[in-house]
Amino acid sequence: MALISEGRFIEDAWRRLADEEALPKTGKFIVSLPRLEHAVEVLGPTATFGVIVPNTTEPSALIAALPRLDLISIAFPAFADGRGFSLARLLRRAEFKGELRASGRLVADQYPHAIGCGFDTIEIPDDLADRQDEEQWRGALNAYSMSYQRGYAGRGSILEARRKAVRS
Amino acid sequence: MPVFKHPQILIASNLTDGEVLFLGASGWERDHRRARVARSADEAAALEASGKRDISANRVVDVYLADVEIGGDGAPTPMHYRERMRVKGPSVRLDLGKQATGGAL
Amino acid sequence: MTAHDPEAMRRPNAPMTTYRYDEYDAAFVSERVAEFREQVRRRLSGALTEEEFRPFRLMNGLYLQLHAYMLRVAIPYGTLTARQMRRLADIADKWDKGYGHFTTRQNLQYNWPKLVDTPDILESLAEVEMHAIQTSGNCIRNVTADHFAGVAPDEIEDPRPTAEFLRQWSSLHSEFSFLPRKFKIAVTGAAHDRAAILVHDIGLRIVKNDTGEIGYQVVVGGGLGRSPFIGKVVGDFVPREDLLAFLEAILRVYNRFGRRDNKYKARVKILVHEKGIDEIRAAVEAEFAAMDRSAFAHDSVEFERIAAFFAPPPYDSLPATSASLRAAKLESPAFANFADVNVGAHKIPGYAIVTVSLKPIGGVPGDATSDQMRVLADASERFGFGELRVSHEQNIILPHVKQDDLFALWRMLDAAGLATANAGLVSDIISCPGLDYCSLATARSIPIAQAISKRFSDMSRQRRIGKLGVKISGCINACGHHHVGAIGILGLEKKGQESYQITLGGDPTFSASIGEILGPGVTAEQVPDVVEHLVDYYLAEREEGEAFIDTWRRIGHARFKDVLRREGEDGADI
Repeated sequence: MALISEGRFIEDAWRRLADEEALPKTGKFIVSLPRLEHAVEVLGPTATFGVIVPNTTEPSALIAALPRLDLISIAFPAFADGRGFSLARLLRRAEFKGELRASGRLVADQYPHAIGCGFDTIEIPDDLADRQDEEQWRGALNAYSMSYQRGYAGRGSILEARRKAVRS
Repeated sequence: MPVFKHPQILIASNLTDGEVLFLGASGWERDHRRARVARSADEAAALEASGKRDISANRVVDVYLADVEIGGDGAPTPMHYRERMRVKGPSVRLDLGKQATGGAL
Repeated sequence: MTAHDPEAMRRPNAPMTTYRYDEYDAAFVSERVAEFREQVRRRLSGALTEEEFRPFRLMNGLYLQLHAYMLRVAIPYGTLTARQMRRLADIADKWDKGYGHFTTRQNLQYNWPKLVDTPDILESLAEVEMHAIQTSGNCIRNVTADHFAGVAPDEIEDPRPTAEFLRQWSSLHSEFSFLPRKFKIAVTGAAHDRAAILVHDIGLRIVKNDTGEIGYQVVVGGGLGRSPFIGKVVGDFVPREDLLAFLEAILRVYNRFGRRDNKYKARVKILVHEKGIDEIRAAVEAEFAAMDRSAFAHDSVEFERIAAFFAPPPYDSLPATSASLRAAKLESPAFANFADVNVGAHKIPGYAIVTVSLKPIGGVPGDATSDQMRVLADASERFGFGELRVSHEQNIILPHVKQDDLFALWRMLDAAGLATANAGLVSDIISCPGLDYCSLATARSIPIAQAISKRFSDMSRQRRIGKLGVKISGCINACGHHHVGAIGILGLEKKGQESYQITLGGDPTFSASIGEILGPGVTAEQVPDVVEHLVDYYLAEREEGEAFIDTWRRIGHARFKDVLRREGEDGADI
């Protein structure tokens, strides 16, 4: 898998923990959702861990764990399945401050959507990374200077710019 | 493998301009009369495999086999009215499409 | 650069009557063109597979159809300037085959563009403040509105500022661009609904409450297609300042819970049907309550900025009726016919709303040549402040014509083959392109429309019949709106042949209803006969002032079914 952050492929500091593998004592690791409750119970406050969740997850299933989580990875079963974008929004609304990662066969053109909804990083399979190089991801990120929506991350708001222009 | 009932030709859409293409003896043709006709399941499979390589080559999209009848002149006529439409052009504008440029029945 | 001052843009002979882009709008469409140009390049190089490219191609309105690509240009809320209409004509000549097709969602379709030319076409559109953004794809589509907006006597408020407000909000939405399926919104602001809001995913009805405050009745889950539904009220009165937040709540519920397992069950109407409107309303209200709505705090200011663009043009002060109009009608029966059928009342005294029919007898419904588009542009400048509308009935509206000018306008239209006096009559048929063009179609629709039109070519007969909505779809997707036709015709395939299923009793207005099936499918040749028998029966049974739909409602579907059964027994060709 390849990891995109700020328009670049970077080394992934996180490790996906197989379900059979015991919870490690050190390092940054990601557990599957069924293991989350147990992980929260047994891991100490200095543990750095995250969870990977299906895009159909109810935010309420994660609320209790949010203060303990450093990363939430949302699976995208298909790039055209946009449920992960709403889930990310809801997790940010619930004040999740850690890394939000979109994981799946997302295409570069979806980068602005992901950033807008509060994702920090995108994890894609290697075969996709081979076809969609950094330049395409950066290009997609910079394709638009501003956005029409309000309350979304990333690009500046056209509405805000208009308001400022009127006041000045 | 489905039962092979009728001769078949391979149809696709040209990526750059969307025109209907037919796989011929040596490449894609715009005129269905130059389409290669598969007369057995094996030939049809080979035709389809050959055409689908051009999907990966970013040349064509929507590749599929269509049943045809062979006319007295040897030309393959699609059996379904939808493919007959694709071979000719809009029935309500006979001045447009392949029917106007001689690439049709 | 400061935001545009609407007053500064007014010119006496071409006043601004619709939204004009500011620098941000212009930058946005320009960036969109650049993005698509790059996407095409990556598609041709293989960096994007067809499967990956397809949603982005669709979100720029480009389909792959039966014979060629098809580009669907957005005409937001059906409103065009003369300059824009001329550009559509130029594009038709330069990159297509000299004509375009106006659709049931107020858009324009070109049937023969090339993929490699499309970035240039989009650039040409951007120069005149047009685009093809989100006219396809699983995203929010063109927001349509009453084609008589701003000028109808029964109007409460012009729906177009709302439609423009929503157009901007929905453009390249970070969260709602990968919905389970397409999402269509329509807005109406009058006592009569000319925008078919009850068969849209979201329908907005502008209303006034007891204190005179403007708000929206929000309807959700309407739609045609495989499973037609009339929409249900999800918000009785949503104040203007809450509209976008409320819509965001609906879209979020749909994005999260709409079905993704089955393409034919993925529209919001299915979600509403399966969960029930009460559960959906509760979910929307809960989401609305949980949202941080501070982001929407200044929406009213932006709305007012947009609304200012739609201020009425500088109408002359005229008497309510025109003497010259009366005289012209007496002199020319053909013109009198046009004036009676294609001209509607205007809210300003001395003015009229003209429907230019794109349904010439035996013609292709909704098509216009590039020359005709230029005539329409010229006509709008001579007779209507340079503004045109596209109706979802696939006709062109000139919304600001002086009654004094109607005769001169008619002569201009007549010379260009644009004066067919059949607005709302049996030959004013709504028809999708069907199997002549569309790769989704199961049968042809245009030749059926042509045959019916020719069967009823006699204008006095048409007038005697009166208002009758015939709508034809070439497949179950119902782009021809057959479900809401008083007579609906659906083209299917039966045993390797084109077969046509007829429905009766559809209605797209506030009294919305879905048509009921008449009987087994008939052949293309039989369709005009069947329609004629139905019309003759209606004429025999109708009471004073009843349109076809009224008589059908009064005497019932079974009696109409009997008509065809009796015809069959008599050995007639049914």
